[in-house]
Amino acid sequence: MAGVSQKDAPITEDESPAPAHRARRVLVTGLSTYWGGRLAQALESHPEVEAIIGVDNRDPTRELTRTEFVKVSNQHSLIQRIVIAAEIDTVVDSRLVVDSVTTAPRLAHENNVIGTMNILAACTGRDSPVKNFIFKSSAHYYGCEQDDPAFFTEDMRRPHPPRTRIERDIVEAETAVSEFADRSPHVTATVLRFSNVLGPHLLTSHARMFSLPLVPMVLGFDPRYQFVHEDDVVRALEHAAFNRLPGTYNVAADGVLALSEVIGLLGKRPLPVLPPWGTGALAAPLRRLGFRIPDEMVNQLRFGRGLDNRKLKATGFTYGYTSREAVIRFGEHLRLHPVLRGSEREFTYEKEVEEFLRWSPHVRRTDRGTEEPFGI
Amino acid sequence: MAPERTPLSPVPQASEGDEAGAAQLPVRRDAERMRELLPAIEPERRLNDWGRSERIEGLLDRTMIEFFYRYWFRCDVEGIENVPAEGGALLVSNHSGALPPDAGMIAKAIREEHSRPRPLNITVEHFFKGYPGFSMLIPKVGCVAAHPANVHRLLYDERQLVLVFPEGRKGTEKLFKERYRLRRFGRGGFVEAAMRAEAQLVPVCVVGAEESMPVFAQANLLRRMTGLLYFPITPTFPWLGPLGMLGYLPAKFRIRFLEPIDTVQMGPDPASDKGLVQTVAQEIRARIQENLHEMVGERRSVWLG
Repeated sequence: MAGVSQKDAPITEDESPAPAHRARRVLVTGLSTYWGGRLAQALESHPEVEAIIGVDNRDPTRELTRTEFVKVSNQHSLIQRIVIAAEIDTVVDSRLVVDSVTTAPRLAHENNVIGTMNILAACTGRDSPVKNFIFKSSAHYYGCEQDDPAFFTEDMRRPHPPRTRIERDIVEAETAVSEFADRSPHVTATVLRFSNVLGPHLLTSHARMFSLPLVPMVLGFDPRYQFVHEDDVVRALEHAAFNRLPGTYNVAADGVLALSEVIGLLGKRPLPVLPPWGTGALAAPLRRLGFRIPDEMVNQLRFGRGLDNRKLKATGFTYGYTSREAVIRFGEHLRLHPVLRGSEREFTYEKEVEEFLRWSPHVRRTDRGTEEPFGI
Repeated sequence: MAPERTPLSPVPQASEGDEAGAAQLPVRRDAERMRELLPAIEPERRLNDWGRSERIEGLLDRTMIEFFYRYWFRCDVEGIENVPAEGGALLVSNHSGALPPDAGMIAKAIREEHSRPRPLNITVEHFFKGYPGFSMLIPKVGCVAAHPANVHRLLYDERQLVLVFPEGRKGTEKLFKERYRLRRFGRGGFVEAAMRAEAQLVPVCVVGAEESMPVFAQANLLRRMTGLLYFPITPTFPWLGPLGMLGYLPAKFRIRFLEPIDTVQMGPDPASDKGLVQTVAQEIRARIQENLHEMVGERRSVWLG
């Protein structure tokens, strides 16, 4: 009977999310990635968040006012000390590398698999204060295959084992997270699987492809694409931090577009030059020529992918943009980009300055909650 | 070497079936709620989320389908009232012809004759998604891959009409001498899908398609060389090239929609009862076969009906 009552307890909690689950002391891993920085900026605007601590092995790339940065590699013992010392209740793991051309395969593996393992190890233990663990994953978990369903739901597994390194790493990292969730019932583990992100500030392989004057397509294929706007990614991470969302959620905007439709919305012309057979083999020489086509993109250009986003919507999350609107926004950015290039101020992190601003008794601190940092 | 398919998303009933009777109502509300969360239609778009293009479909309909339906095959339709005007329904039909004309004619029959016409989603093999050209065109005209999850979403969440050919390629492969002899109806997966989705099953019989494109032989070597599903030898194919695939003979078509079978009345969770699934699948097959025999028997001439 004891088992039954234990099982009942979280269900009642489910219906009325207790305020105890709201994030108050947050650790953001991968603070120097685009997502980590954006999320920390978003969290800073919530006065009820007492502490925001960011860790990474590189300097932050975005301007932050009250987030504290600790430069540390993925060593679990060090991160664990930070977690316990700062009484972190929510860990947002935003480090995952999902684009194989941005990072060398070995580094990506180190970051995605070993890094995740270490972060998880830092959150385990009897006396660990962590109550929420939010993991930023990717729809590459599902892969792109010929016999895929048109809309993946969260409980589906990929029909074939992963073929590319990055997909293997993502599957492995997610397995580690789900094992962690099984082992630690007192922690709410949330996995968010994001579809292809599109937005003016993010340079992904797809963004690079769409910025070409003629967008290459595989001859005879018109894959289905679903995007999510970069602002919605940050909002989804925030939503997960402030609500109790156990389990896995797809994050993809409403609407699945055909690639030809995307190209039309961007005002570009399609160039169906990639051969339908042996696309992967052709990618190697093209890579040498400077067209960096990631492995995981080859199958997506043929078969595409769609996600069922209703599970996250059912938790009360609303998207700011549909896929179509995200594409239109991105198209506007592409046209504006040549005009605005270079006018945006680059942010460089200066350790001494940041520490002075945070800790010096001479700095006059106003109400931080409403203060907007420069340059956003 | 059937590829391992992803498991069908569990319907709420299956996962929360602890308190059988009491759970019924909230689950229903859940389904309604999930339907409300389906993406809204963006009127500016020309394609829907499945990749269906009204423009291309309309173009094909106005030109080829219209001609074949009205003048070439002179389709006669019976029992159109058996196609439900609302809710999910799975149409189950016999299948024939190298490039099967039956699917297009059934969709056109619903568009033309039904009092409340609805678009029909035609399930096709996964093969088409991987074959260049087909992969681009097939979804645009309303075909979806025959994945159980796709069928479930269309029937249960979107409450649409879906057409399935349980014979699959075994039906289109068969030779002229085997005409109007139904092949095995798969493993009854289509019945399971309809039961899970609480949809109606509507058996459909098509007479005439077998004669419109008689297949005399299958060229296995050429099939392997082209990577196609099968390589039929018909009166016009491969002699006239790929266009020969459209070289239909002007056989008279008769399409009969049989009385629907309601899966909701089969008790709670009938899909888990494999015996019931097989019984229903065989019942449908028998009814289609029986009606086919009757229709072929009544027919005086292959060409004039």
